[in-house]
Amino acid sequence: MGQQQNIAEAGIAGPKVRSDCYVKLELTEKGGIRIDLDSKVKSMYGSSIEQLCRDEIEFFEIDNIKLTLKDAGALPFTISARLEAAVKQISDTGKEFIPDIIDENKDTPVRDRFRFSRLYLPGNNPKMMLNAGVHNPDGIILDLEDSVAPAKKMEARFLVRNALRQVNFYGSERMVRINQLPDGLVDLKYIIPHNVHVILVPKCENALQIKQVEKEISNLINKHKITHEVFLMPIIETALGVEKAFEIASASESIVALAIGLEDLTADLGVIRTNEATETLFARTRLINACKAAGIQAIDSVFSDVGDMEGLRQSVKISRSLGFEGMGCIHPRQISIIHECFAPSKEEIEKAQKIMDAFYLAREKGLGVVALGSKMIDLPVVKRAEKTINLAVKLGLISGQDTT
Amino acid sequence: MTETKLIKNAAERNVPLEINGKPVVPYKGVGKHNPAGAKHGPKIYSCKDFPSDGNKRVGTLMEALKKAGLKDGMTVSTHHHFRNGDMLANQLFDIAKEMGVKDLRWFPSASFPCHEHLIPYLEDGTIHHIEGSMNGALGRFASQGKMKGVGVLRSHGGRYQAVQDGEVKIDIAVIGAACADPFGNSNGLYGDSATGLLGFALADSQYADKVIVVTDNMVPFPCVPWQIQGNYVDYTVEVDKLGDPEKIISGTTRITKSPDRLLLAEMTAKFCDETGIIHEGFSFQSGAGGTSLAVGEYFKKIMQKKGIKARFARGGSNKYLVSMLEEGLIEYILDGQTFDLEGIRSMAENQGHVWTSPFTSYNYHGKGNFAGMVDVAILGATEVDVNFNANVVTHSDGYLLHGIGGWQNCLFSKTVILPIPLFRDRIPVVVDEVTTLCGPGELIDVIVTERGIAVNPLRTDLLEKLKGSDLPVKSINELKDEAEKICGKPEKAHFDDQIIAVTKWVDGTVLDVVRKVR
Repeated sequence: MGQQQNIAEAGIAGPKVRSDCYVKLELTEKGGIRIDLDSKVKSMYGSSIEQLCRDEIEFFEIDNIKLTLKDAGALPFTISARLEAAVKQISDTGKEFIPDIIDENKDTPVRDRFRFSRLYLPGNNPKMMLNAGVHNPDGIILDLEDSVAPAKKMEARFLVRNALRQVNFYGSERMVRINQLPDGLVDLKYIIPHNVHVILVPKCENALQIKQVEKEISNLINKHKITHEVFLMPIIETALGVEKAFEIASASESIVALAIGLEDLTADLGVIRTNEATETLFARTRLINACKAAGIQAIDSVFSDVGDMEGLRQSVKISRSLGFEGMGCIHPRQISIIHECFAPSKEEIEKAQKIMDAFYLAREKGLGVVALGSKMIDLPVVKRAEKTINLAVKLGLISGQDTT
Repeated sequence: MTETKLIKNAAERNVPLEINGKPVVPYKGVGKHNPAGAKHGPKIYSCKDFPSDGNKRVGTLMEALKKAGLKDGMTVSTHHHFRNGDMLANQLFDIAKEMGVKDLRWFPSASFPCHEHLIPYLEDGTIHHIEGSMNGALGRFASQGKMKGVGVLRSHGGRYQAVQDGEVKIDIAVIGAACADPFGNSNGLYGDSATGLLGFALADSQYADKVIVVTDNMVPFPCVPWQIQGNYVDYTVEVDKLGDPEKIISGTTRITKSPDRLLLAEMTAKFCDETGIIHEGFSFQSGAGGTSLAVGEYFKKIMQKKGIKARFARGGSNKYLVSMLEEGLIEYILDGQTFDLEGIRSMAENQGHVWTSPFTSYNYHGKGNFAGMVDVAILGATEVDVNFNANVVTHSDGYLLHGIGGWQNCLFSKTVILPIPLFRDRIPVVVDEVTTLCGPGELIDVIVTERGIAVNPLRTDLLEKLKGSDLPVKSINELKDEAEKICGKPEKAHFDDQIIAVTKWVDGTVLDVVRKVR
């Protein structure tokens, strides 16, 4: 790293900052570890905060240092990440100060699960992470890419790492969006050993990129003796990516879904993004087709007007009708509407039940042809009905006993 | 302050037997205190001593205060309908300072951040102490042990009770009114400083020795409706401006946009729906806080869907409540405090929008009051403990930051729900023991947090109705453990021995003390 600096800063302070902190480190010649703590929770947590800082500084084998900590009620995983981000600027240490993993975050990745909603969380904002899980999204995305300022990229890696271990997301699938390659490959070092479920690969344009990510993950899995798979979700955000959708979708066994990012895509296409999204109809249907051909899920972009719930509802309905199986969220209030609209409606379930009943009846009677009223029913229709019923059961909309 | 003898009250809190040199009664339990004797009676006055033409105008507030005999050690009262736009209380003490009067007891129905202006007067002894809410800078000042006397925090109902008991004898009441006539009839309905109603000044008008009405909108007799009756009034004063209208009334009250608070509101409404609290002809208490407004909107959706009407909503009025009234979803608004311009318009226009006071709604010495008739009250809290006791006046760091307001009184409604976050930043809200006791747990029924709902075990009926519900019902201890798991177990706040304020229960007994922050 060459010449080291003596002063380092990390985190943020200010009147509007909450659940975060600012750290300043100054290497000194003597005087041991000196901590100047200014915290809004000093009377309640002052000594435990000081202890945490002291332990961490000793862990990094720093003997003489002045630490200034301005704390606005940050939780230990945040304080520790900010401190480490500062230490790494003034020390060559290769060590990582890794917090314990909470029991709730020990669940390993699962390939087949609903991905109706996935909530984006800026990777350098601890406050937004804390309650993300209580809004019950299918997945949360700790974002290291676009929502993190270039100067904060390193800090965010420590925070996301610690969040993966310490923040309870209440059963949501834990996803991380890495940066574009090659930076994204470095991100993986901070993420893969910490029980992340899915890696989102942004601005994906070819299979090679997926291979690179896959290889780095495989190295890390071997190095850290990880016994489970880590899944991938490439994001298609360019015209070229759309054209290569099937190549990307089938590039790795680990891919569980492709997502589309319409903000960048419309920019690349040179069109204006609208709520109706007719300008990206081709791109979206092409992506869906590629996903179905590869046997993976197709996930739609986010709906960016967080105040327009009716617009969101319409948008999700169209998404679902096209074949998407999920959508991104940028606000927790979008989650319930997305879930509602991706779930089969009462009418759909009732119709599917009738079809299945007719199917079972025909099978019992040994009839080759299934009829509902005067209508003949083809096998694909039965298959689709069965899918609807299974989905409704999984979502708890009907009980398993309702199906024969 | 000299060494005070403390005694353990029925809530196991150590409280003094004497405050500011006067004896007080320790809290005995809910409904256990039986005061006897007669209510306090103001002096006898006769109409012959007042102008027979009804013109009680004097030139300035200072002149009125001089005529009213303002002197050292008196108790001076104001009301808080002007909220953070109040200029009158500040003017009043500017005059007291100019007159060189000392050791006044200020008896506001509440204070606001704008009253930071009074800190120099607390420092120089113009004001001896405050009996009323101490918010923001005043709370911080008191918490640091800088106030000469001990602050007394009462509920709105408790304030009426203290006046009727004679525990607080108001020497001079200064009542700001958006509209008044020279006789002193006044209301809060019309004019630049409109506040809707003047209910918080009712006790002051009836029981103070001298009553001064100050207005920036003097109309010829009669000023109708007379929310404050001129027959109680000694002097009337016209001024240029009583308050800053933008800070008195928010032009638009807004529902919170915070996803976390909206979740709390949605869970609260769902709870009320599933337990049958929302039924034809039900009633609810409403506030103007972001979460409270949102609860109202979720109620509205449920009521529309089910075709249910509420008989009345009690509490603060705002545009959302008014829209429910005008759409026929609520038959009556029993308004205790008007929060926005729509509320004021509606009070003037709608027969079903009725003004109330702490006497009708909350008073302990009334032959009943409205609070107990309300089906559900949705309130806030800074802390709740594992025994469902709640705190609204201090934060966990011990600083006095809020008043009690009508909160204690509303605890008497049939079901009390506190939608609160499990923790704020790193500060747990569900704790082992509240820092300051304001509401006994036996009156608090449900805690709704984003991580689970706890029902007071005393409410077996509610627990029964929740069987089979998919709402996340947990025990209060589970919630507390979860808060500590996330935030860490807090160290106890360190306090000095010095008592800087006391909280009173609705019956006038002493519930708890607030100590100086170290």
